[in-house]
Amino acid sequence: MADSAPATADKLPKVLAAEKGMVNVQIDGTWIQVPRGTRMIEACKQAEQEVPHYCYHTKLSSPGNCRMCLVQMGMPSRPAPGHHISFGDDGFQKIGWMPRPVISCANTVAENMGIRTSGALVEECRNGVMEFLLINHPLDCPICDQAGECSLQEFSVDHGRGSSRFEEVKVKKPKNVEIGPRIRLDDERCIMCSRCIRFMDEVVDDPVLGFIDRGTHTKLTVHPGRQLDSNYSLNTVDICPVGALTSNDFRFQMRVWFLKETKSIDVNCGTGCNTVIWTRGNEVFRITPRENNDVNSCWIPDSHRLNFHYLHAETRLDAPMIRKGQNHENADWFDAIAKAAEGLKGHQRGEVAIIGSGRQTNEELYLLKRLAETLETDLLTLVPRFEESDGRLVSADRNPNTNGAKLLWATDDPYAKLDAIREGVSGRKIKAIVVFYEDLLGAAAFKATDLEKLELLVSNHLLPNGTAKASHVVMPGAGFAEKRGSMVNITGRLQRLNQAILPPEGVMDDWEIIRDLVAALDHNEPARHLIEDVFTEIVDDVEELEELTLSKIGDLGIQVTETGETIPLIETERGEIVG
Amino acid sequence: MDWVPLIITGIKVFFFTFVVILPLIAYSTYAERRVCAIMQDRVGPNRVGIPLTLLGFKKDLSFFGLLQPLADGLKGLFKQDLTPGHVRKSFYWMAPALTAIPAFITVCVIPFGSNVNLFGHDVKLVIADIGAGPLFVFAIASLSVYGITLAGWSSNSKYPFFGGVRSCAQMISYEISLGLSIIPVLMVFGKLNLTDIVTHQSEKGWLLLPLWNEHGSIFSGDYWAHCGPQWLLLLPLGISFIVFTTSIFAETNRMPFDLPECETELVGGYHTEYSSMKFALFFMGEYAAMIVGSAVIVTIFFGGWSLGFGLDSALLQTGEGAWKWFAGFIHLGVFLAKTIGFIIFFIWVRWTVPRLRYDQLMKLGWVVFFELALFNIFIAALIIAAPHIGPLLTLFVGVPILLALAAIMYFITKSVESKHKVNIT
Amino acid sequence: MAVIKLKRPKLSWYEHLYLPAIIKGLLITFKHAVISVFGKATGSKELASSGLGVTMQYPEQKWDEHLPEYYRGIPALVTDEQGRERCVSCQLCEFICPPKAITIAPGELKSDDEWAKVEKAPKAFDIDMIRCIYCGMCEEVCPEQAIFLRQDYAMTGTTRAEMVNDKDRLYQLGGVREGLINKWNEVK
Repeated sequence: MADSAPATADKLPKVLAAEKGMVNVQIDGTWIQVPRGTRMIEACKQAEQEVPHYCYHTKLSSPGNCRMCLVQMGMPSRPAPGHHISFGDDGFQKIGWMPRPVISCANTVAENMGIRTSGALVEECRNGVMEFLLINHPLDCPICDQAGECSLQEFSVDHGRGSSRFEEVKVKKPKNVEIGPRIRLDDERCIMCSRCIRFMDEVVDDPVLGFIDRGTHTKLTVHPGRQLDSNYSLNTVDICPVGALTSNDFRFQMRVWFLKETKSIDVNCGTGCNTVIWTRGNEVFRITPRENNDVNSCWIPDSHRLNFHYLHAETRLDAPMIRKGQNHENADWFDAIAKAAEGLKGHQRGEVAIIGSGRQTNEELYLLKRLAETLETDLLTLVPRFEESDGRLVSADRNPNTNGAKLLWATDDPYAKLDAIREGVSGRKIKAIVVFYEDLLGAAAFKATDLEKLELLVSNHLLPNGTAKASHVVMPGAGFAEKRGSMVNITGRLQRLNQAILPPEGVMDDWEIIRDLVAALDHNEPARHLIEDVFTEIVDDVEELEELTLSKIGDLGIQVTETGETIPLIETERGEIVG
Repeated sequence: MDWVPLIITGIKVFFFTFVVILPLIAYSTYAERRVCAIMQDRVGPNRVGIPLTLLGFKKDLSFFGLLQPLADGLKGLFKQDLTPGHVRKSFYWMAPALTAIPAFITVCVIPFGSNVNLFGHDVKLVIADIGAGPLFVFAIASLSVYGITLAGWSSNSKYPFFGGVRSCAQMISYEISLGLSIIPVLMVFGKLNLTDIVTHQSEKGWLLLPLWNEHGSIFSGDYWAHCGPQWLLLLPLGISFIVFTTSIFAETNRMPFDLPECETELVGGYHTEYSSMKFALFFMGEYAAMIVGSAVIVTIFFGGWSLGFGLDSALLQTGEGAWKWFAGFIHLGVFLAKTIGFIIFFIWVRWTVPRLRYDQLMKLGWVVFFELALFNIFIAALIIAAPHIGPLLTLFVGVPILLALAAIMYFITKSVESKHKVNIT
Repeated sequence: MAVIKLKRPKLSWYEHLYLPAIIKGLLITFKHAVISVFGKATGSKELASSGLGVTMQYPEQKWDEHLPEYYRGIPALVTDEQGRERCVSCQLCEFICPPKAITIAPGELKSDDEWAKVEKAPKAFDIDMIRCIYCGMCEEVCPEQAIFLRQDYAMTGTTRAEMVNDKDRLYQLGGVREGLINKWNEVK
């Protein structure tokens, strides 16, 4: 070190760090540099030393009430009068260790500070804190949904005693309380970390939760006359370190240790919250948010996380169908695609319209464009779905991939042609429509009588609806958890959907359906065996995506364009940190 | 053309194969299981009989499970015949037959009994009375290694392949000691025809039990006057017997030499990928080989079909008509009894002696038996030659040469062995 | 662990012949066979042998009354003396089961249930007896003393479906078990 940087050799480490706005901290004997103002617990995390904690959460304030994150701290001792500060050979002052521990979550680091995350003192403190926490905890892990992902369980194994010295009767508190439409509270399990209270206060700005009573009788409760009914309430279940708050939706459905985690994104609005899809076998059991500080912080709206049950609906379409008279008959894929292709070939250019969906992935939208080019029609559109933003994570644009369509179709308004198509259909100018992922009677506002005028309606749906009923060929597709692909969110961030489960038997992935349709219309199309092949074509086509591949996108996504739009919650969070 | 001998041969083939050998195979599997069970404090198959309860009776007839082989055979036929997708079909299908057929062919030179008078014809109870009996047996029996090797190879799977290779190496190794060990015997008999060998023994005493000769039994003076070096010859012939029997064990892949199908190392060995009747054919081939092996040992060393103690000549001389007709069948019975005795010995050994390690097997074949059989020839030769060359030459030339030969062989073996010795700790 | 190096024993020329040892072995097995045939094998009386070796003739003879306390037979669910089904569908047995024989669909108890406090009970509980290896891990892992391996061992069926024990059948097999810890009872 000294050889390579002789100019800095005579500077003390604290000066070097201060030049970068950092401070030197010794954590378990190793010196590292961390930014000034970092919480000690975060510094320990950077030094890859685990500090157990319950009440502390990265995105919330630090009340310091669980006492689990106690560590031993030391600072350089003040020189006696008449003495000068002396530095050791390594350029650091000698650390004088404090005899009592401090909580690492509420203290910030300082220059030349020492932290010990282990050792007799710390271990004994944790042991004591664990014992106190477990005194009134019911230990009903066999029926507790948190079992398997419970911090209390984990730290009890790591730092607890193994047996209880508490012989008295545990305090009784309300159990199984409905504190909101989606949440059940078990007060006996609560360890008073107050994460949920702070979350509702600081992030949602709807402080309905609070503690009442004192001492061991302290209870978490909801404000009288109010309910925990915010659209973000289920995040309290995620951050609850124990099983005090449980989700009605996931409650008793499956133990978490059976569930497979697949990182994916939410498709219910333009924000594209990062999620984890929890599955066992071919069934989705729950969806939880995944931390991404550029998209959704650690949160996700309830309405979005719960919107997956339709994937397992009994009415889910599971075979392609061809209309015979008034009824539909199941067909095989080859026949269905041949029939659709044959029908499309029989129409003049200008008579065919293609309606895609802003809920489709980039790959599917690209293939739709190819389909339009093959059919030589310019009637290609999406169905707009604009509602009001909630000022946090739900964006006004409820289509998750509007920006993807803008990029891929090289247009500023992918919704522009919808009105023209609607009029064309009622005016019998347009005789054939290929529609993907959209119910034309829904957001697209077609009239049922108009649809009957069509000579050919090819549609793709998950569930039966009015459009499917009017369709000549119905091709069931895959849901968001069943496919791989990419989307661009409102801020212009390219993110990846991953396949968590397989589509039901008899169902093809949407991109394969469009691929086969295009291939049936034009035999000169290149062979696309993998979704990666499609992405490669997209990359060749769209300059913003240059040199990307599906796997290069990564779990957190990549900013590919600037749209000028922002996510309010992230802006608030950044503002707080800056301020 | 005379059709009668042809028809008689046909009848003999049918009789010996389907009436004698096949049931013997079936029941040696039964015997194997019962004997092994008894030795291990178990019961063994004792259930399969006539299922009278199916017909409404109160109890089944079990006959000590004697119908077990029938049930096994039916099972073999009705089980699903799986041919794995990755095998070489033609060889895979050929292999079981190639294992079973040679064993059945060798049956044709075994003399099952003396002559029988059938429809006025004097019929020898041997299918092919050829002058190269033992050689024919060796030649054909060693063909079965092709079956095993092909089975291992065509299965296109690791363990069967190991089994096939092992079998191949083992057969070649023991073929040598098998052939060499029998030379002293042939020197004594001076002929290769198995019928003649048996006749010789019935007159002059069994090879390993020379308790009588044409002049009377061991208790009469005449016997000792005419006995010659018979007792001295027991030394080389005993060695011959041990080497020959052990090599037959190895040739038939019987325990303790069943390394080609060694379960602990090779799953099932060469027949791992086989099922149903194809597997049963391997099984049958193995047992047929064991039966033929027993028959050959009995024929060469224990007088074949002869009753012994001069009783044969009495039986044959009473001679004309009906009695003579019986004589052949009595001999057949005697022969079968001796063979079955040997089969039981085979089973007995299997459930007593543990399996050898492969290097031990190879060492036994190449270093011990090969040299022993070779040296044995010289001993036998000297003993046979002694009366002709006189005691002086025997003692002062023959014996020293023999000893020198022994020393040379011993040192060559030792030096080669120490050169290749693997240090196992 | 200490490594003890064993030296191969030096054999005398007599031992090197091996034949005497083999003959000795043959005699031992022969002796054993004779003893076995006459029904005098060691332990044949205690094991109620049928007269040949030590083997008992199943199904005419059975060993049921001698089965040890810890015998591991068919796993079954039990109710306690209060009539409460002990299983709370924590799914630990499903997790631990080495051959994955257990399938549980967890369910919630109704709020008017006598034991509503327990909150959870299995909606369905299937043990595939074709898969079960009778290892007893389920019994060992159960935190509620709800599943026990019984002394029954004869479970037969002619179809695969028949070999799957469903919840009703498991409770029928398990019956009532007394003397278990009733941790869900109210503390007086």
